[in-house]
Amino acid sequence: MTATEQQFRDNPLGKDVTLDDVFDAFEFLDDWEERYAYIIDLGKQLPPFPDDERVEENYVHGCQSQVWLIHHQDDSDGKLYLMIDSDAMIVRGLAAIILVALNGKTPRDLLTTDIDELFERLDLFRHISPTRGNGLRAMISKIRDIAAEQAA
Amino acid sequence: MTDLSMANAAAHAPLDIEAIRRDFPILAQQVNGKPLVYLDNGASAQKPQAVLDAMDRYYREQHSNVHRGAHTLGDRATSAFEGAREAVRGFLNAASTREIVWTRGTTEAINLVANGLTGRLSKGDEILISHMEHHANIVPWQMLAERTGASLKVIPVTQSGELDLDSFQSLLSEQTKVLSITHVSNVLGTVNPVAELIAQAKAKGAITVVDGAQAVPHYQPDVQALGCDFYAFSAHKMFGPTGIGVLYGREAVLDTLPPYQYGGEMIERVTFEKTTWNTLPYKFEAGTPAIAEAVGLGAAIGYLNSLDRKALEAAENRLLALANGLVDSVPGMAVIGTAANKVPVMSFKIDGLHPSDIGTLLDQQGIAIRTGHHCAMPLMDFYGVPGTARASFAFYNTEEEVEQLFAALRKIQRLFV
Repeated sequence: MTATEQQFRDNPLGKDVTLDDVFDAFEFLDDWEERYAYIIDLGKQLPPFPDDERVEENYVHGCQSQVWLIHHQDDSDGKLYLMIDSDAMIVRGLAAIILVALNGKTPRDLLTTDIDELFERLDLFRHISPTRGNGLRAMISKIRDIAAEQAA
Repeated sequence: MTDLSMANAAAHAPLDIEAIRRDFPILAQQVNGKPLVYLDNGASAQKPQAVLDAMDRYYREQHSNVHRGAHTLGDRATSAFEGAREAVRGFLNAASTREIVWTRGTTEAINLVANGLTGRLSKGDEILISHMEHHANIVPWQMLAERTGASLKVIPVTQSGELDLDSFQSLLSEQTKVLSITHVSNVLGTVNPVAELIAQAKAKGAITVVDGAQAVPHYQPDVQALGCDFYAFSAHKMFGPTGIGVLYGREAVLDTLPPYQYGGEMIERVTFEKTTWNTLPYKFEAGTPAIAEAVGLGAAIGYLNSLDRKALEAAENRLLALANGLVDSVPGMAVIGTAANKVPVMSFKIDGLHPSDIGTLLDQQGIAIRTGHHCAMPLMDFYGVPGTARASFAFYNTEEEVEQLFAALRKIQRLFV
């Protein structure tokens, strides 16, 4: 079934879960196991991705894992809503953090959000660095391309 | 002591893995706050001090272009470079250095052969490879088939990860013009019975090519005993530098191939009307070669010769046996590739965990493995997995490291429940 407008809007990431929540959580987690358990947990909050959207045009190419991305723009306020899926749990969790930062923003706000800086603050930058073939870097580029297109 | 008596002394001394580890400076470091456990040797092996020193000394004391001869440095460089070729000849037990061609690696070596056979194949001819090949031993043949109208035939593998030899018998025919097969599978670790396959393919008149990339870190192949026409490998997987590899070609066959690239070094005489080719092996070595890297490979061979390789092989087998024995300690873990004859390579999957998650979380614990499709997508399709996690051991790995790997896997698994 194709994703409905409601499904895009009901995504808790960026709405019920905010960046402040993520930062607060990271402050209390002091070893890598707790941090990754939290990241994996965030990934479980991604809304189910519609099966019929798992098609080539929504596929983000990465060497290690598969990533899918779809978007919806609200007609009234122009805000962009995203849905992401991956077969790898860590990638799902990191994608969830990206959604917390970007979901439901106007294309202009989205384009001025510095994802690299966010990931550096969380000490997770290496996961989105161009040297990792996990598809996250390509996904961020694709989101920015979508925003740039809608902002134009 | 002479080099030979040193080698003999080493052969009789008990294996001291800690001493061997000290020969590899990169191993003594921390990654993510933990001692590095390097188990990605199948992708690329680390370099001993002897290789680093040889390359450093080459640039400090010997470097100039090779085979240009008018001065002392040119002589030194040429002598170091050709000395490395002789070391490779000895390593492979090739009949002559004319049969040793420098390439950038295994991939280029196979491409050189596949390209050179373009004029020799036509519709109705067959190229025989196997289902466990690396893309580098699939795609060049696929392209050769496209160029010539020949067809590509594939020897199936069994569930345990061995070649289906009955199918090989039925696929091999008078139409088979090329057999190109991996000596050791990069994913499964399977050691294939290449000598037997080569003998049968030669009886049908086929040209035989062996991808030795994953064999040379563990064994010293004897190309005359194997009887193959071509044998390809990369230096970086056998503790030498990146950017250089070797194509061994049996002279009678190698000399029938046309040049692969054109330029300096590979020519005998050039006029605007006609150019004639240099002799073997230079005919296939256009342009200034990777001289320091060749010297580094020569040093890697020297280093391996100084060790008791039989003892190293036994130590590697102990690592694999230990790992096999620990598989059951990780619930849901399954090994992909359970052939009877294996090098210490362990591809695996764990129920509910993506290989990429395994790799990321092992890295957090200082453990480096490879995850993904290993450039063997047809084999991933055969096993119905998107990829595998692969731990590949070298002789400098310890039993403690194997135990650390499994402790780390159990820890990871707890994160997901």
